[in-house]
Amino acid sequence: MKYTPVIGLEVHVELKTKSKMFCECSADYFGKEPNSHTCPTCLGLPGALPVPNKTAIDWCVMIAQSLNCEINEFSKFDRKNYFYPDLPKGYQISQYDLPFGKNGEVSLSSGKTIGITRVHMEEDTGKLTHQEMGGVKTSLIDYNRSGVPLVEIVTEPDFNNAKDVVAYLQMLRTIVRYLDVSNADMEKGDMRLEPNISLTTDVSKLPPYKVEVKNINSFKFVDKAIVFELKRQEEILESGQIPPQETRGWNEIKNATFSQRVKEEANDYRYFPEPDIPPIKFTKEQISNLKSKVPELQVEKITRFVKQFSLSSYDAELLTRERALADYFEQTVAQGIEKNISAKQIANTIINKKIDHTTISPEKLVSNIAESSQIKSLDESELQTIIDKVLQDNQKAVKDYKSGKESVIMFLVGQCMKAIGRKVDVNAVKEHLVQSLK
Amino acid sequence: MNNLTIKDAREKLTKKEISSVELTKHYLTIVKTYNEKLNAFLTISEKEALEQAESADKRIGEGDSTPLLGIPLALKDIYVTKGIKTTAASKVLEEYIPQYDGTAVMLLKNAGAVILGKTNLDAWAHGSSGENSDFGPTKNPYNTAFVPGGSSSGSPVTVASEMALAASGTDTGGSIRLPASFCNVVGLKPTYGRVSRYGVIAMSSSLDSIGHFTKTVEDNAMYLQVTAGSDPHDATTPPVAVPNYTKNIAKGVKGLRIGVPKEYFIEGLDPRIKKMIEDALKVYEKLGAEIIEVSLPHTSYAIEVYYIVQTAEVSSNLARYDGIRFGKDRSHFGDEAKRRIMLGTYVLSAGYYDAFYKKAMQVRTLLKQDFDKAFKTVDVIIAPVSPTIPWKLGDKADDPLAMYLSDIFTVHANLVGVPGLAIPVGFIDSLPVGMQIFGPHFSEEKLYQVGFAYEAVNPVWKERPNL
Repeated sequence: MKYTPVIGLEVHVELKTKSKMFCECSADYFGKEPNSHTCPTCLGLPGALPVPNKTAIDWCVMIAQSLNCEINEFSKFDRKNYFYPDLPKGYQISQYDLPFGKNGEVSLSSGKTIGITRVHMEEDTGKLTHQEMGGVKTSLIDYNRSGVPLVEIVTEPDFNNAKDVVAYLQMLRTIVRYLDVSNADMEKGDMRLEPNISLTTDVSKLPPYKVEVKNINSFKFVDKAIVFELKRQEEILESGQIPPQETRGWNEIKNATFSQRVKEEANDYRYFPEPDIPPIKFTKEQISNLKSKVPELQVEKITRFVKQFSLSSYDAELLTRERALADYFEQTVAQGIEKNISAKQIANTIINKKIDHTTISPEKLVSNIAESSQIKSLDESELQTIIDKVLQDNQKAVKDYKSGKESVIMFLVGQCMKAIGRKVDVNAVKEHLVQSLK
Repeated sequence: MNNLTIKDAREKLTKKEISSVELTKHYLTIVKTYNEKLNAFLTISEKEALEQAESADKRIGEGDSTPLLGIPLALKDIYVTKGIKTTAASKVLEEYIPQYDGTAVMLLKNAGAVILGKTNLDAWAHGSSGENSDFGPTKNPYNTAFVPGGSSSGSPVTVASEMALAASGTDTGGSIRLPASFCNVVGLKPTYGRVSRYGVIAMSSSLDSIGHFTKTVEDNAMYLQVTAGSDPHDATTPPVAVPNYTKNIAKGVKGLRIGVPKEYFIEGLDPRIKKMIEDALKVYEKLGAEIIEVSLPHTSYAIEVYYIVQTAEVSSNLARYDGIRFGKDRSHFGDEAKRRIMLGTYVLSAGYYDAFYKKAMQVRTLLKQDFDKAFKTVDVIIAPVSPTIPWKLGDKADDPLAMYLSDIFTVHANLVGVPGLAIPVGFIDSLPVGMQIFGPHFSEEKLYQVGFAYEAVNPVWKERPNL
C-alpha cells in the first residue's frame, strides 16, 4: 500500500467510584430503575451546584501517571457548552486547556511507542432511548448515568495499524483494572472507543482530513472499523479525491462504518473556566503520594517475573493479565518454597490446568502440586542404584525375564517400589527396569 | 409594631409579649394591604408561614432563642423553595415548583424563621430597577412613581414598607446594595462564598453573592449569623470560621483607617450624593476614624469587565432552561435575558474569547490587586452606592446602557469578591440615599462595626415611608 495509515485514539473510561463526579448519588447505575439515582445536581435543576469527587480526581491522576504523563500542578474544570437533551445543564463539565495529565507515552510489545496527548476528567451524560409509547414516538431520558465520572484519554496520531491499536487498548484496560479504578466492562459501556483514521503519502505531515469513528464498544469492532476505513479511504484517494472530514458510526451487522455528520468546521463549545469549582492545585508531595499508590503494572510485572522466576515472557504475560492472578501466582510461589516446588512448576500448573484462582487457595494448589510431583521427584541415579540392587538380589527372575517370561517384570517393579519406600511414578520405574534389563 | 426590628421582635417573642403566629399574621395583613400597590411579593406562602410560626412558638416555649426564631421574612424569588413556586420573575419558570430547598433556605428554616413568601425581581436578576420583571415592576415605597432599584426589587421594599422584618436577596453586580440604598434599608453583599449559593438560581456563578436586607445593621448581623458558613454543596464556600457578628458590633471606629477612593467621586456622581457621603465621613472623623484618600486605579474598567464576565456566565447558566424538563421553552425569555445570552455567547465564541473573556479575566486580576493594595493602608473603604438617586419608572427602560451604568460603583466588589455593606445616609428629593462600606474578604464583622457606629449617630432608617 502506498499510503501510510495515521490513527489516533480517544478513549472514555468510566470510573467505579461510589458516588458520581459532582454529587452524592450512587455511580453504580447499570441496570437500575431509570432516574432512581438522581438529585438536583445531576438533574441540572435550577440552583444546584457541582462539588467535585476527590477520589475520582485522584484516580484520574493515577491513570495519567500510569501512562507516564506529566501532572499539572495547577488545573481546573471548564464548561463545554452544547445543547443535547441528555445533557441537563446545557454544558458538560470537562477540562479544556489544563487537563490533569499531559505528554505521556506508552510502549507496546510490538516495540511501537504511542504518545499520550492528555488525560482529563469529565462527567457522563444521561441516556436517551427512543421508543413508541401508546402509538406515539417518544424519547425517554434516564439521568442515572448523568454525572458519572469519565476519564478521557487521548493519544497522538501515532498508530499505523489496527493491531497496535488493539494492543494499546488491551494495555489500557489492564492498567485501569490493575489500578482498580474501573471495571472496564465493555458490555456495560465502561470503555468507549473513538479512533480517528486517515491515510497519507507523506508521513512528515498530517493528512488534510480526519475521519472519526464514534462510540465503539469492543476491541474487535475497533479492529474491524479501522480495517474497513483504511480500505474505504484508500479507494477514495485512488480515485483522486480526498475523503471528507466527518464523523462516522460503526454498524456491527453490516460490518461497515457509516456517515453520521460531516464537519464543516470545528464545533464551537465556548469553553470557559467552570466558575462553580475553584481551580485544583496539587503540591509535588500530593502528586508523588498518588504516584506511590500506583501498583506495579503489567509491563513491569512481566519483566520482573521473567527475571525473578525464570519464566518465558509468554507465560509471564499470561500470568499478569489480571492483577489478582499475578498476586495468586506469587502467593503460591511463596508457599511452594518450603516444599521445594519451583515457580516454573507453579506457572505451568496454573497455565496448563487453567487453575481458577478464585476457588483454589495457594496452599491447596501447592499441596496438589507437591503430591503429583513427588511421583516424579525420584532422582535418576538413586533409582538406578536401587534397580541394580534388585536385579542383583533376584537373579532368577532376571533369567526368567530374559528367557521370555515378560510377566515377571511386575514382580521386579514391586521389589523396586518396596526398596524405594515411597510413592513414586510406577511407569517411570518400569521404564528404567526395562532399560536395565536390555 | 412600627419600626420593629428583628432585635426588638426577638425580645418580645422571648418575653412572650407576642407570639410568632401573631407577628406573622400582623405582617401578612400588611402584605395584603400594600402588596397590590407595591408589587413586592410574587407569591405569598401564608399557610406554610403560619405552620412555621406555630412550630417557632413551640420552640420559643421550650426556651430556644436562636437569632431568627419566629421572625417573618421574605425571600427573593430566585431562592428555590421546596413545594413553593419559584419563578426568578421569568415567564419561563412561571409555574415551576422546586423539589428541594437551597442551603440558605434550609438554614433559615432550621433556625425557625418564618417565610412569608417570595419577592419580585428583575427576571433572572438581570437589571438595576426591578422593571425587567415579567410580572410587573416593584414600586418604591417612598414614591411609587420611582424605581426601588434592582435586581432584588421586592425584598428591600418588603422591609422598607414593613411587610416583613427582613428579606433575602442576591447581589451579582449591586443587586442588594443598590435597592437597599434606594429603599432606605441596610443591605449586605457578603464576601463571595460566605453564604452558600446552593439552591439559589444562578445568574453569574463567579459573581453571585447571597445577602440580606434589614432595617438596621445589627439586624443584618443577626441574619448573616444564620446563613453564613461553608457548605458541602457549594465548592466555592471555603472553611473560614464564622465569627459572632453581633458580639463586638458596638466596638466603635476609633483609630479606624477609612479609605476614600478618588475614582468613585467622579463626574456623573450627583453632587448632592457626594456631599452626603462627605458628611458621613465627617461623622466618622468625629468618632475617631482617620480618613485617607486611596486609589483603585482600574475602577473605570470594572463595568466593562463585569458585562463580559457576567453575560458569559449568564449565557451558560440559562442553557438548561430549554423547556424539555421544566418551565417553558426559550421563546419565553424576556428581552434582557435574550440580550445577555447573545452578548455572553458572543464573548465566549472562538475567535473572540481572547479579545473579550480572557482579557476581562486579566483585568479582573488587576481589579483585585487594586483592592489588595488599598487594604494594605486602610481598614475599610467608603463609597457611594449609586451615582444617582432613584429614577422614575420607565426613565431608563429603553436604554439598556444607561441602566448598566447605574451599577458603576457596585460591580467592582463582585468582580473582586470583597464584601460591601450598604447603609442609609439620608434623603434627596424625599428619596433615599445610601453609602457602601467595603472591607477585605471575610471582614463582615468589621463592616458591621463601621455601619453600626454611623447608624447610632444618624439613624436614617427610622424614616419610614408614608404609604
